[in-house]
Amino acid sequence: MGTISEEILGRASGKPANAGDFVVAGVDYAMSHDGTSVLAVKAFREMGVDKVWDPGRIIIPFDHLAPANNENTAQLQKEIRQWAAAQKITHLYEVGEGICHQLMAEYGFALPGKVVIGADSHSCTYGAFGAFATGVGATDMAEIYASGRLWFRVPETIKVTVDGELPPGVAPKDVILHVIRAIRTDGATYKAVEFYGETIREMSMAGRMTLCNMAIEMGGKAGIVPPDARTFDYINGRAAEDYRPAYASKDATYCDVIDFNVAGLSPQVACPPDVDNVRDAGEVENVAIDQVLIGSCTNGRMEDLAAAASILKNRKVKCRTLVIPASRAVMLEAVETGVAATLLNAGATICNPGCGPCLGGHMGVLAEGEACLSTTNRNFRGRMGKGAAVYLGSPLTAAATALNGRITDPRRYV
Amino acid sequence: MKLRGSVWKYGDNVDTDVIIPGKYLRSADFKVFAEHAMEGIDPAFRPAAGDVIVAGRNFGCGSSREQAPLAIKYAGISCVIAKSFARIFFRNAINVGLPIVEADVFDAVQKGDIIEVDLDGGYVTAGGARYASTRLPGFLQDILDAGGLVAYRRRQR
Ligand code: SF4
Repeated sequence: MGTISEEILGRASGKPANAGDFVVAGVDYAMSHDGTSVLAVKAFREMGVDKVWDPGRIIIPFDHLAPANNENTAQLQKEIRQWAAAQKITHLYEVGEGICHQLMAEYGFALPGKVVIGADSHSCTYGAFGAFATGVGATDMAEIYASGRLWFRVPETIKVTVDGELPPGVAPKDVILHVIRAIRTDGATYKAVEFYGETIREMSMAGRMTLCNMAIEMGGKAGIVPPDARTFDYINGRAAEDYRPAYASKDATYCDVIDFNVAGLSPQVACPPDVDNVRDAGEVENVAIDQVLIGSCTNGRMEDLAAAASILKNRKVKCRTLVIPASRAVMLEAVETGVAATLLNAGATICNPGCGPCLGGHMGVLAEGEACLSTTNRNFRGRMGKGAAVYLGSPLTAAATALNGRITDPRRYV
Repeated sequence: MKLRGSVWKYGDNVDTDVIIPGKYLRSADFKVFAEHAMEGIDPAFRPAAGDVIVAGRNFGCGSSREQAPLAIKYAGISCVIAKSFARIFFRNAINVGLPIVEADVFDAVQKGDIIEVDLDGGYVTAGGARYASTRLPGFLQDILDAGGLVAYRRRQR
């Protein structure tokens, strides 16, 4: 009884969990990628444990620097593969399969009522499916490898309700940027956010993933949408195991209740260097852009690529435009539906599924003084290259911007 | 435990990308992290052993990279004092044995001031005045005292 987080953590720890309590909860699935597995495996070895708690519940995707960009990375990745093989970890997703968070959804590990923990801050994405999901560091991940359990402070919860029909040209990304603009980058620190309202009910699973993905950008421990028919439709046929949805009780206590109406919302852009530095796209239309990036765990799904293609169709981009599908499945669908051809004809470059330059590691890093309009989730100083500026927007805003080499309100094209 | 050192001062929302830029993450060598600690915000960051970072709200926001507290710890910093911490950084700092306390001393100190942190007493002393600081729950303090989660776990076995 209580909020969704209290309900799930109560079940997972075997005793009632109330906000503020410290609990030790069993973890259903644990994810670490090529980036974080390096230190997690090191810490696991140092802990002096021989075998992981359950090799079938550990998921290791190679997405962050994939394919490897130099010998050093290649060597570290080789060591992860060797360790995973020795531990008999079967859910290892190789280079080209896609971004960790997308794969957790596609392969049915992100499930209602489960505790799903990732060694990556955007693991909160799985809250889109009604899981209690959060990110931890490498040593916490090593602890999960070893014991399948981890301590948590049960979070207080902010109830966010979003009503109103999204106007043309306005996307789920704009909704979450608008919410972060109000809550600020630390307004949900240590807290969970539950999303309700008609806009959320009408939103696709892809859109809900965009919302929950960015819960961490307001400091949130988790962002959760209560599962409904749309959720079950998506999960049906993919769920890795049985699950029991968790819902908030009628008398659940929220530390804050915030209502939004998005019927009059404009496309939003988060300007550097903070995600809550949000303006209406129309206010920053003079900003020159050197590169557009459409992709990432925030906005690299089929509906994002299709949205971009709807604007780029029969037009030509004016600046470097990278499109990075979130997974092999997304890329295949883009190829089969002709969306990939539309993007290529417009002059975009399609890269292999993965994180691409989102964290400044490879494949499209920017030079000093350059600017990128990106559909990713972070615009911190230096994120995509030292001295480069990152502006965040929706795939529609990204596509419109690509056509002009300047930030552009996509409503000019829809 | 008492810690004492001179202050390096930064503002609000010091994120993990400025604490240790993503391009240095492909290493398992703590020295590399330490060499580039705070590079994105302060290329002149060269602390003496025992120095203390004082910051505003939401210190360590951003990614889950444990290299962030490791970089700070191995650069020689004995403690980070902030108005508040981002939660993953908070967990990671404890897990790698980097002491962190929440205290509101930001406006009271300047870069280079000497500051003293009493972790058990739950206070910070600067410029002759005493400021209350948070104390960790017992089991987290135990992890920190052991030098981090790995050492704590080894000790328990
Ligand atoms: S796409 Fe970017 S934010 Fe998402 S997991 Fe990869 S690096 Fe992290």
